[in-house]
Amino acid sequence: MAGADSDDSLYPIAVLIDELRNEDVQLRLNSIKKLSTIALALGVERTRTELLPFLTDTIYDEDEVLLALAEQLGNFTMLVGGPEYVHCLLPPLESLATVEETVVRDKAVESLRKISHEHSPVDLEVHFEPLVKRLASGDWFTSRTSACGLFSVCYPRVSSTVKAEIRQHFRTLCSDDTPMVRRAAASKLGEFAKVLELEYVKSDIISLFTALASDEQDSVRLLAVEAGVSIATLLPQEDLEALVMPTLRQAAEDKSWRVRYMVADKFSDLQKAVGPEITKNDLVPAFQNLLKDCEAEVRAAAANKVKEFCENLPEDSRETIIMTHILPCVKELVSDTNQHVKSALASVIMGLSTILGKDNTIEHLLPLFLAQLKDECPEVRLNIISNLDCVNEVIGIRQLSQSLLPAIVELAEDAKWRVRLAIIEYMPLLAGQLGVEFFDEKLNSLCMAWLVDHVYAIREAATCNLMKLVEKFGAEWAQNTIVPKVLGMANDPNYLHRMTTLFCINALSEVCGQEITTKHMLPVVFKMSNDQVANVRFNVAKSLQKIGPVLDSNCLQTEVKPVLEKLASDQDMDVKYFAQEAISGEFCNCCSRVLCNFAKTKVSNPKRYSLSKLRLCHAPLKRLVLTRPHISTSLCGNISIMPPKCSRKERRRGFSNRSNVEAAMSDRRCVFQCESKSTLFGLPEVDARARERARERERARESESFPTSKGRYISIKACQHILLHQIHKIMIFKKASYDPFKLKN
Amino acid sequence: SALAMSSAATTPPSVDKVDGFSRKSVRKAKQKRSQSSSQFRSQGKPIELTPLPLLKDVSAQEQPELFLKKLQQCCAVFDFMDTLSDLKMKEYKRSTLNELVDYVTVSRGYLTEQAYPEVVKMVSYNIFRTLPPSESNEFDPEEDEPTLEASWPHLQLVYEFFIRFLESQEFQPSIAKKYIDQKFVLQLLELFDSEDPRERDYLKTVLHRIYGKFLGLRAFIRKQINNIFLRFVYETEHFNGVAELLEILGSIINGFALPLKAEHKQFLVKVLIPLHTVRSLSLFHAQLAYCIVQFLEKDPALTEPVIRGLLKFWPKTCSQKEVMFLGELEEILDVIEPTQFVKIQEPLFKQISRCVSSPHFQVAERALYYWNNEYIMSLIEENSNVILPIMFTSLYRISKEHWNPAIVALVYNVLKAFMEMNSTLFDELTSTYKSDRQREKKKEKEREELWKRLEDLELKRSLQSDGIIPT
Repeated sequence: MAGADSDDSLYPIAVLIDELRNEDVQLRLNSIKKLSTIALALGVERTRTELLPFLTDTIYDEDEVLLALAEQLGNFTMLVGGPEYVHCLLPPLESLATVEETVVRDKAVESLRKISHEHSPVDLEVHFEPLVKRLASGDWFTSRTSACGLFSVCYPRVSSTVKAEIRQHFRTLCSDDTPMVRRAAASKLGEFAKVLELEYVKSDIISLFTALASDEQDSVRLLAVEAGVSIATLLPQEDLEALVMPTLRQAAEDKSWRVRYMVADKFSDLQKAVGPEITKNDLVPAFQNLLKDCEAEVRAAAANKVKEFCENLPEDSRETIIMTHILPCVKELVSDTNQHVKSALASVIMGLSTILGKDNTIEHLLPLFLAQLKDECPEVRLNIISNLDCVNEVIGIRQLSQSLLPAIVELAEDAKWRVRLAIIEYMPLLAGQLGVEFFDEKLNSLCMAWLVDHVYAIREAATCNLMKLVEKFGAEWAQNTIVPKVLGMANDPNYLHRMTTLFCINALSEVCGQEITTKHMLPVVFKMSNDQVANVRFNVAKSLQKIGPVLDSNCLQTEVKPVLEKLASDQDMDVKYFAQEAISGEFCNCCSRVLCNFAKTKVSNPKRYSLSKLRLCHAPLKRLVLTRPHISTSLCGNISIMPPKCSRKERRRGFSNRSNVEAAMSDRRCVFQCESKSTLFGLPEVDARARERARERERARESESFPTSKGRYISIKACQHILLHQIHKIMIFKKASYDPFKLKN
Repeated sequence: SALAMSSAATTPPSVDKVDGFSRKSVRKAKQKRSQSSSQFRSQGKPIELTPLPLLKDVSAQEQPELFLKKLQQCCAVFDFMDTLSDLKMKEYKRSTLNELVDYVTVSRGYLTEQAYPEVVKMVSYNIFRTLPPSESNEFDPEEDEPTLEASWPHLQLVYEFFIRFLESQEFQPSIAKKYIDQKFVLQLLELFDSEDPRERDYLKTVLHRIYGKFLGLRAFIRKQINNIFLRFVYETEHFNGVAELLEILGSIINGFALPLKAEHKQFLVKVLIPLHTVRSLSLFHAQLAYCIVQFLEKDPALTEPVIRGLLKFWPKTCSQKEVMFLGELEEILDVIEPTQFVKIQEPLFKQISRCVSSPHFQVAERALYYWNNEYIMSLIEENSNVILPIMFTSLYRISKEHWNPAIVALVYNVLKAFMEMNSTLFDELTSTYKSDRQREKKKEKEREELWKRLEDLELKRSLQSDGIIPT
């Protein structure tokens, strides 16, 4: 077992198989998850002749292990030698497709479907199709269930005799004795119909569909509904009435609510599939019945579809149908006894206004909106409020504002904090639609009241809400209306209120800009650094760190730094800690707009950071680029390295002593600069002078233009030691799906 | 309900005197669960039944005819969610049903051939219905109150009547089998999903009687129960009547002829054993364990597959279930034959050794209680040379480091018992304990190195295939 290099014989199959047999399930599972590594070590031939037979034989294991195995085998084509040999994978997958556990079987079927495409037409007939047949005629129901999912992938690519056999097998499974198999067949019926020639859809599928749709078990019947929708899309219009509609009509009136629920749930698809004429004659009355169904579940599902159904009605008769047939039912649902029904309706009812136009909305819909705004169930009211924009476009929100306000106030004071949280989230939207005057007059006080809510989540959301409002209404508005109130809370006897002031300042400083921050907020923060409660003091330190980027450097040096230094010698341990954090954060990196929030890994060296967890605090990191000298662009999930500028000599040594780590966010870029004497990313402790130099360099570089130019060069905090080894790994594993030069917003 | 729960869960512990936040949200008193009835399609108009004379008031010849008429009247189904509608008629139907119950119990000669279809029709009209959706989103039978059937005042009497009918001396299965057929049984089985425990209890009796009297339906009933269980285990994890069905099966298994048919063995291995995986095991575990033990008493050769099955599905995260498994295992060990014990002792005691060292003291305690069982003790003693090495490591370690003193005390007892059983082996194991641990550690290290090499290899290969490193 000595020697690490690539000689395959160094990895005797026995050792590897021992790993796959390890007594500890967790270890066995880990080994299976790395099956591709094992296969790679063995090489394609031995994988085929030794590993796969072993896997086929020892299929008796924990389901979790089997699941991992089934998944792995789906990606094994290259490891057994490419498409030419892909059929080697069939035996183990066949066994997996017969196990009891549904998730394992489903995964095996998924993998089989995947590799079916890699079979040549010949191999498909020689190897794959016989497997499907074996499964389809298996003794135990599990193999037959699995077979149902495989017909559609091989059907299009086999000869017509084989096709006939496949159809026959499918037919048999549709009338299987076991309901589990019939359910599987029913759920794949639509998919299978899609690959069949139209004549067979008519001759075979329709009769299967009719039979399944009148199965004695409702769990089978309901699956047939979905198949019916797919089949309807395949058939020419003139056949629909005779072939599909009788069955679908019957499903809409099934005695089991589950089937009716399914019809309601698929109603929009159904409507699109059958076209306008049948919709007018059949679906409209069916939909009315579903809206009036005796089970609330069915009514709620139908209510959810009201808007979509109305939208998709044929234009010539849309308004009449809605006004005479749908609206009366909708009116009844507004006062339904079940709150889920009402709230389902409330989530879509506003959408009707765009369809019906201004006059109808005012005359018929507005009373319904108003009634729902007063509903006893908060979810109903919330759903109405969250969709206000639809109405706003048609009649303007003013029509509603009289009723809106009490509804908002009531939700704002609801006993359940989640309801309060939900309404806070709509505030910026409402503010935008109602305008600044209305807002100042009626809603501002609410927003301020949330700041002193007794639930932290509400206070947190309230601060965030203020920030969004300022983004909408501007810094001047903030200075006049909310900033004084927020700052006033700094004198509150309750320390939680005082902390809320700090949280607000954190959120507002950037949107309010440097002037307001420096002039109005900073003095308050300074004052609070003398607070008697330690929690307030260390939050002052955190705040100073957060608002630092907004302040100019002079202010940072002359005003902020002394305060932080004072806090750094505080009695309280936490205050000290956060003050020191802030000092090092601000003054080492000079720019703290983007702080590297390295998750510390538990290693002997406490200042070592795990690369995979590298991420920036606040803003989600879109891109961070790191590059090794001789790899021009290397890619990884969150990190890659920019081509460093280094000398040829350095390059020959394999390391550069300077390279850039670029972090790009949606709207700005930040570039960290790494320095190293010995290793690429390991930095020796930087002394004060080096830090000074680094800062000078940055200032010099600030003028250098970068595409979005807002970024600043900053040197990565000394001693962030990133192992080259780890970078390799990430590069390789995430390579396929990641493009570092494509900036997503 | 999610909202209600979360508002209760947000109560922070009061941290500080300065906290001036009064907690405003006071949880509302829990609303009483309203009774839900099964689906009812109201016909819109009130039901009118013409009152008939009492059966005892007419002559014997007229009785069969009147009996039929009364059965027909009882086919009318009332809406019990509407508590105010049809009050008089509901009362009339109730008294008629009562009368019918008494009549089938005491009368003789009433069961004409024409009566069979009418009885089955009346029962079908009343009991067969699509069960309503569960009130709570995820009905937890352990936590939630069951939704009771609103039409119970009538339904109970219909069930009562049907059972008396099936048990009546005059009842002739040869005639009834035309009407009580596969379809009837299928619908009956679906009703076992009812949330109302009273209804499930009646259904249990009904199905049991049918199984007893209709030989032709037996295989069908077993197969359908199979299907229900398989669906329960692998598809829905939801079915209210599992315990009741298992109870019936317990008595069915009891009556199996020997040697057991392959079908029955398959049922044990492919259906009953996987039932252990279900989350709500606690609701039917007693019945399930009873069925399993019944099987083993019939055919001891099944012990090995059963125990292997249990070990395969051994709970990994749910300690409560683990305790149940241990309980069931003890029941099995109580009836195990020594020859069978030898076959499975190794995997079995590996698991027991893991349980004994469980940080959850109830699991450890339950496993250690095995040593109080005389029969198990005798089996262990006979095989101490195999079992002791398996158990020793965990026992030794726990005796040093388990947090719960009660467990440590129990472990000392077990170690003492082992010492008395086989002192030579015990001493040997004690002396090699340290070197064994070191060997294990070394092996572990070798494993790690192997994988590291494998990964390096993979890394290199992919770099090669990407052309980053020259081949």
